Amino acid sequence: MPAEYPLRFGDNALVLAQRLCAWVGHAPVMEEDVALANVALDLFGQARLWLSYAGELEARGRDEDALTFHRDAREFCNVLLVEHENGDFADTTARSYFYDLWASLALGELTRSGDERIAAIAQKALKEVRYHLRRSQDWLIRLGDGTPESHARMQRAADGLWRFTGELFIGDRLDDEMAANGTGFAPERLRDPWLERVHEAFSAATLTVPAGTWTQRGGKQGVHTEALGYMLAEMQVLPRAMPEARW
Amino acid sequence: MKNDWPQWEIFVRSEAGLAHKHVGSLHAADERMALESARDLYTRRNEGVSIWVVRSEHVHATDPAQSEEFFEPSEDKAYRHPTFYHVPEGVKHL
Amino acid sequence: MSDGIEGRPEPDDARQQCFESRLDRALKIEPPDWMPDAYRKTLTRQISQHAHSEIVGMLPEGNWITRAPSLHRKLILLAKVQDEAGHGLYLYSAAESLGTPRDELVAALHAGKAKYSSIFNYPTLTWADVGAIGWLVDGAAIINQIPITRCSYGPYARAMVRICKEESFHQRQGFDIMWTLAHGTPPQRAMAQDALDRWWWPSVMMFGPPDAASVHNEQSLRWKIKLFTNDELRQKFIDQTVPQAERLRLTIPDPQLRWNEETQHYEIGPVDWDEFYRVVGGDGPCNRERLSARVDAWNDGAWVRDAAAEHARKRAGSEAA
Repeated sequence: MPAEYPLRFGDNALVLAQRLCAWVGHAPVMEEDVALANVALDLFGQARLWLSYAGELEARGRDEDALTFHRDAREFCNVLLVEHENGDFADTTARSYFYDLWASLALGELTRSGDERIAAIAQKALKEVRYHLRRSQDWLIRLGDGTPESHARMQRAADGLWRFTGELFIGDRLDDEMAANGTGFAPERLRDPWLERVHEAFSAATLTVPAGTWTQRGGKQGVHTEALGYMLAEMQVLPRAMPEARW
Repeated sequence: MKNDWPQWEIFVRSEAGLAHKHVGSLHAADERMALESARDLYTRRNEGVSIWVVRSEHVHATDPAQSEEFFEPSEDKAYRHPTFYHVPEGVKHL
Repeated sequence: MSDGIEGRPEPDDARQQCFESRLDRALKIEPPDWMPDAYRKTLTRQISQHAHSEIVGMLPEGNWITRAPSLHRKLILLAKVQDEAGHGLYLYSAAESLGTPRDELVAALHAGKAKYSSIFNYPTLTWADVGAIGWLVDGAAIINQIPITRCSYGPYARAMVRICKEESFHQRQGFDIMWTLAHGTPPQRAMAQDALDRWWWPSVMMFGPPDAASVHNEQSLRWKIKLFTNDELRQKFIDQTVPQAERLRLTIPDPQLRWNEETQHYEIGPVDWDEFYRVVGGDGPCNRERLSARVDAWNDGAWVRDAAAEHARKRAGSEAA
């Protein structure tokens, strides 16, 4: 089993968690500081499980920290959606909602993986992500169907991120291989259920599902947006500056 | 327009079999948010299996100024307590 | 004092006596109970300051969440800073039970009218500062807070029980960071010493001015919303921390520090109280940054809070219809 497969899921969780944790202390209301930290804690926890497994499969002596702090942006294989900057609370909500909905479907597939370890990690992560989805969907609806200002912001945020959502449903050779041997799933299969749920939620939120069809892709292959490099520079600074140190 | 979020009183059942217990309050715009925030705020360390949220303004309480008439009349009714009664030696199952 | 006829006290006087007798009998005061205005005011100030300290206190450590050097440390730090938000909320909840809404308390903070612990006006410059804050600042906070679990006001005491229970890991994780650094590479050791050098005196000052100069000590002691004096608590902190620094083989930046065999306490050199008053008064290294971070979060979040309130109103309206 290629280490890259669990690494993809790990990088998604890691990068999104790293983004979310930057909200702590700056959220719109103090209760939300606590809530966002909880989501980030869940996601960092998931990242550790995926990355540790990837490290074992790779068998090059890299643990979760080596994979987190000593890889360059080109080696990260998260989808582009999650590395998008926090923006305002609507941007963060749209990013989380699109991801949480996809992750709940993807992890649901992975709980049936023929690989026991993957199935076990997915089982644990799925419970957490379902809760994240409940929250991000609630916020999507509140902001969409709130004030004229919040509606406009939420629509703009959804429109802005829409072009990154297509990548969630485009498989590559690794996906095909994993789907074929019963370890993973074909991402294309998730598109319809995902879209159906998006339409329901957007309708409840009085938002318009964005119409754009162009998809920006490349994350899984390590071709990222410029934003990721800055994020990693900040995240990795200490272990890179003092590579001989233990923390 | 006043957009302060209302205050909610939070009650947590720590395990099945125990009653919900008041743990504090928080602010939330609606009941779903109140439940979610209560979960994040009051059960971060696995302290709960069930949560109730009640708008603070919906809680009616006794007035401490009337506690004498409310609560003292029950003080002298010792006969309601089993310890009031003398159990003769050797009598069982009482 | 009441000028009521002897034997038939004025109602307020009777209530005052009842209040005081409850304090004497170590009974708790609860929100709906009658209490003197000054007690209510002092408590509201004390609890809200404490709450503000938790919330502002998220910022210096929060600086390092995105830069924590391992996933393990990152999770711990994130959980700790999250706890601080939680503790702020428990405390605002206790303060609100005295009758002032949270938004009003927060507005006073944002307007610069309310104080918070001045330790958070110092910068976190290195990762070791995160360790030093946990070890020293949380260590000091715990010493301050444990007695408050027995204070006379029920909601404050209960919030503090919860906080103390949760906080016990905060100090340990800080010490653990310091221990790892002190046993690490020479640059890590230097980082640990530098953090101790910068955080020691502000931590000593955390207990407030010396008893002789403290404005609120006596009244608060009588009301049992404070159970030990500033100097008593400070001494406890010093006595417990000096041996810990020795175990870390780090040097406390006080050439006059010495053990007094007679009193069985450590004695420290003079504290620079001018610095304390200056920082409390607004002129510390980060006062402006801390406050503006909170004000920005509040202002930037206004449209979110408005939207959620509006959405709730719409839903309530459609349900009623």
